[in-house]
Amino acid sequence: MSREVYERLVEEFPETSLEYLEGKDPAISVKADDLFEVARHLKEKQGYDYLSAVTGVDYPDRFEVIYHLYSMKEGPGPLILKVSASKEEPEVPSLVSLWPGANFQEREVYDLMGIRFAGHPDLKRILLWEGYEGHPLRKDFPIEGYQTIGQEESS
Amino acid sequence: MPFLNDLFVNLSYWIHGFLARFLPLWAADLIMMLLTIACLIVFALITIMFINWLERKVIGRFQDRYGPNRVGPLGILQFVADAIKMFTKEDITPANADRVIFNLAPVMVVVPTFLILAVLPFGRGMVAADLNIGFLYIVAISSLTTIAILLAGWGSRNKYSLLGGMRVVAQMISYEVPMVLSALGVIMLTGSLSLVSIVEGQSRVPFILLQPLGFLIYFISAIAEVNRAPFDLPEAESEIIAGYHTEYSGMKYAMFLLAEYINAFIVAAIAATLFLGGWQGPSLPPYVWFFLKAYAIYFVLMWLRGTLPRLRIDQLMGLAWKFLVPLALVNLLVMGLVATLTQGKGLFPLVLASLVANGLIVAAVVIIYAFAMRRRRQVEVAA
Amino acid sequence: MQTVETRLRTETITLNMGPQHPSTHGVFRMIITLDGETIVDLEPVMGYLHRCQEKIGERNTYLQNIPYTDRLDYICSMSNNLAYVMAVEKLAQIEVPERAEYIRIIMVELTRIVNHAVAIGALLNDLGCFFTPMLYALEERERILDLFEMASGSRMMCNYMRFGGVRYDLPPGFMPELKSVVAALPAFIDEFERLLTDNEIMRIRCQGVGILPPDVAVGYSCTGPLLRASGVDYDIRKVDSYSIYDRFDFDVPLGTNYDVYDRYLVRIEEMRQSVRILEQAIEQIPEGEVSVKLPRVFKPPEGDVYHRIESPKGELGFYLVSDGSTNPYRYKIRSPTFINLTVLPELCKGHKVADVVAILGSIDIVLGEVDR
Repeated sequence: MSREVYERLVEEFPETSLEYLEGKDPAISVKADDLFEVARHLKEKQGYDYLSAVTGVDYPDRFEVIYHLYSMKEGPGPLILKVSASKEEPEVPSLVSLWPGANFQEREVYDLMGIRFAGHPDLKRILLWEGYEGHPLRKDFPIEGYQTIGQEESS
Repeated sequence: MPFLNDLFVNLSYWIHGFLARFLPLWAADLIMMLLTIACLIVFALITIMFINWLERKVIGRFQDRYGPNRVGPLGILQFVADAIKMFTKEDITPANADRVIFNLAPVMVVVPTFLILAVLPFGRGMVAADLNIGFLYIVAISSLTTIAILLAGWGSRNKYSLLGGMRVVAQMISYEVPMVLSALGVIMLTGSLSLVSIVEGQSRVPFILLQPLGFLIYFISAIAEVNRAPFDLPEAESEIIAGYHTEYSGMKYAMFLLAEYINAFIVAAIAATLFLGGWQGPSLPPYVWFFLKAYAIYFVLMWLRGTLPRLRIDQLMGLAWKFLVPLALVNLLVMGLVATLTQGKGLFPLVLASLVANGLIVAAVVIIYAFAMRRRRQVEVAA
Repeated sequence: MQTVETRLRTETITLNMGPQHPSTHGVFRMIITLDGETIVDLEPVMGYLHRCQEKIGERNTYLQNIPYTDRLDYICSMSNNLAYVMAVEKLAQIEVPERAEYIRIIMVELTRIVNHAVAIGALLNDLGCFFTPMLYALEERERILDLFEMASGSRMMCNYMRFGGVRYDLPPGFMPELKSVVAALPAFIDEFERLLTDNEIMRIRCQGVGILPPDVAVGYSCTGPLLRASGVDYDIRKVDSYSIYDRFDFDVPLGTNYDVYDRYLVRIEEMRQSVRILEQAIEQIPEGEVSVKLPRVFKPPEGDVYHRIESPKGELGFYLVSDGSTNPYRYKIRSPTFINLTVLPELCKGHKVADVVAILGSIDIVLGEVDR
């Protein structure tokens, strides 16, 4: 399933560097710059109209944002897109204009993982409060946090 | 039985006579008046306790549970426990509230409700003041509650309260119209606004048999008047917390509660007076009949509360202005016609003509409704 | 439109609904901009119940995470268990004994009935029914929770499923009791429907409110009854069949008007379909083992998996990244109601305040899952 889509994608986007990742759930790796175009092609031409999940993972050498796409009409899926982002300035394009359902999910990834989504209409914290320091799901985040509740008022 | 029938009336005569023996007449009269007022207030408080307990019990049964059953036998003292809790709670006035208005509102809500009790005929001769404009008095006094509730909503300086207050005004003013129009039918038949005369006018047949439609309109509008389910929008818990009394606590909140329950009972009592023949009835003492009828109607109120969801504000207003008001007007017109045509022809033609007329109105409504629905479907299909 | 000039100048007010509010089903907040009683704008604010479950999940071993999934959506702990253990089973390629599969299906479908009954009861509460439908719904839920207690020892936080099966086999008295509960369910659903379906007020409050067209629903990643009420035939039990759902015969109810009332009807019908599945499962359930033996120190191989199930509220997925150690490197929960909430502002605009609570009730959120 993913294999065919991958081959079609390679035909469609010859310049971009797509990579096919084997695994339990095969995935396609995309560069952040090409993500939006690839995603739009998948949505409009390949029928992947349903964005199930947006996930951020903090690997030792990079951040990775993972998109799980399904097609409502055709088949089980999933088609998994993986996008890497740098450790220093993690940023990937936002897909809210394609799938409005990505709105809260991208905000959640930003909130907990600290990955910025360029072009997101309202990128702010969603589960934690404004002014919270740090992004808890990062591996270097201390379990006890950088601040305790009430600290920001007293200082 | 005659002894029981006029128990309270005779009692009052006896006390009056007793007082008149060693007091000047005016003093005896004054004491009797004060005594009557005291009796009414005590009656109101006891009624609230009983109604509160009854409602919780009955709704508990509707909902497949027991209801209060811990304080006293069958939980009958639950209200005492609640009252103690209310009175000992902290009385909070929000910092931003308009203090005068905020504190005035609960009092202003309670006073009109007690005033209405003055004209209710509880039994033969058992009326504190037989005003010849009794019904007009009730309509006028109960309108005061609207202002009081708006004050509560406004003075709290809380958006939920404000929304609740606005809803109350819209709702109560709208529903007063069909309520009064439907009651006019009854007044037309008796030719008097006095509640005592209205009850006496039903000695042969209760007006519900003459005006079933009028009763229905009155009943629906009356439920809306006292903000009971399914028209409890002003205090819609799931939408605007508690509406106009969101910010009240302790004693002041208790006063709103008190007014609400006694209002609901009064509405049931007025419906019983206007349409069910008040205290008229065979064999049992009149006051027993009165309470039986009032509680029967109150039971329906509880039933509705335990069953129905709430309307939305626009649907509520639509029901009043687009349905109840026109219907009440047509009902009034037809009933007036029927009463004029059958005048002096005895009771049986009047009842028969009334029932036929009511049936015709209902049939007309059903036909118009079905027609409108078909039109709407056609429009929808076309669109 | 000359009236615009002469119209009274009005201002919108901002109403802060929540975090403490009777019908936000927990601590959820909506910042509503109102023009009179009409909604101009709505912004959901969540996170008041955030426990950073995903971070906790990275610290725990795989097994330790199962009780944490109970506390996601505390009404349907069994289906949360199932989603997680199936994800781990996919990761470690564990085969599940047949009897365990059946037990899982029975538990999950019972959970679906519990959830839908409570969801409808809560919706009616929001519509202003004074708790009567809610308590009717809880009546049958009690019996089902008793069943959970028999099997797992706990009524709500079941913690029943394990990798490669379930914790305990069903106790001796379980099947007769289950049969009697399932036999009583159709009558219960009928009674529920008699009370509500044709209720005139319920209809005018729900019909035409919160219309969610199919393409919008898909675009907003809505799942579960919310999506199916929008007429999209998408039930993961059918399209991406997991466990042994392909052995059962059941239908997927769909809405035709895409409104709150359809969501109610879809939930009622899903309860009936769950009863059908339960009846078939009771008939087919074999004897045998209920779990496989796993090494004491459980270390799944490296890799990442995503597994999703059709939980009562929608698509519940777990994305796990394993680095070959005893605890997951990344433990992500794709919670259905959190994502279903994305569409809430769209649904509410133009409606009245009273409709907001109805729409929110029809989405059926549980804050434990929204905030994680």
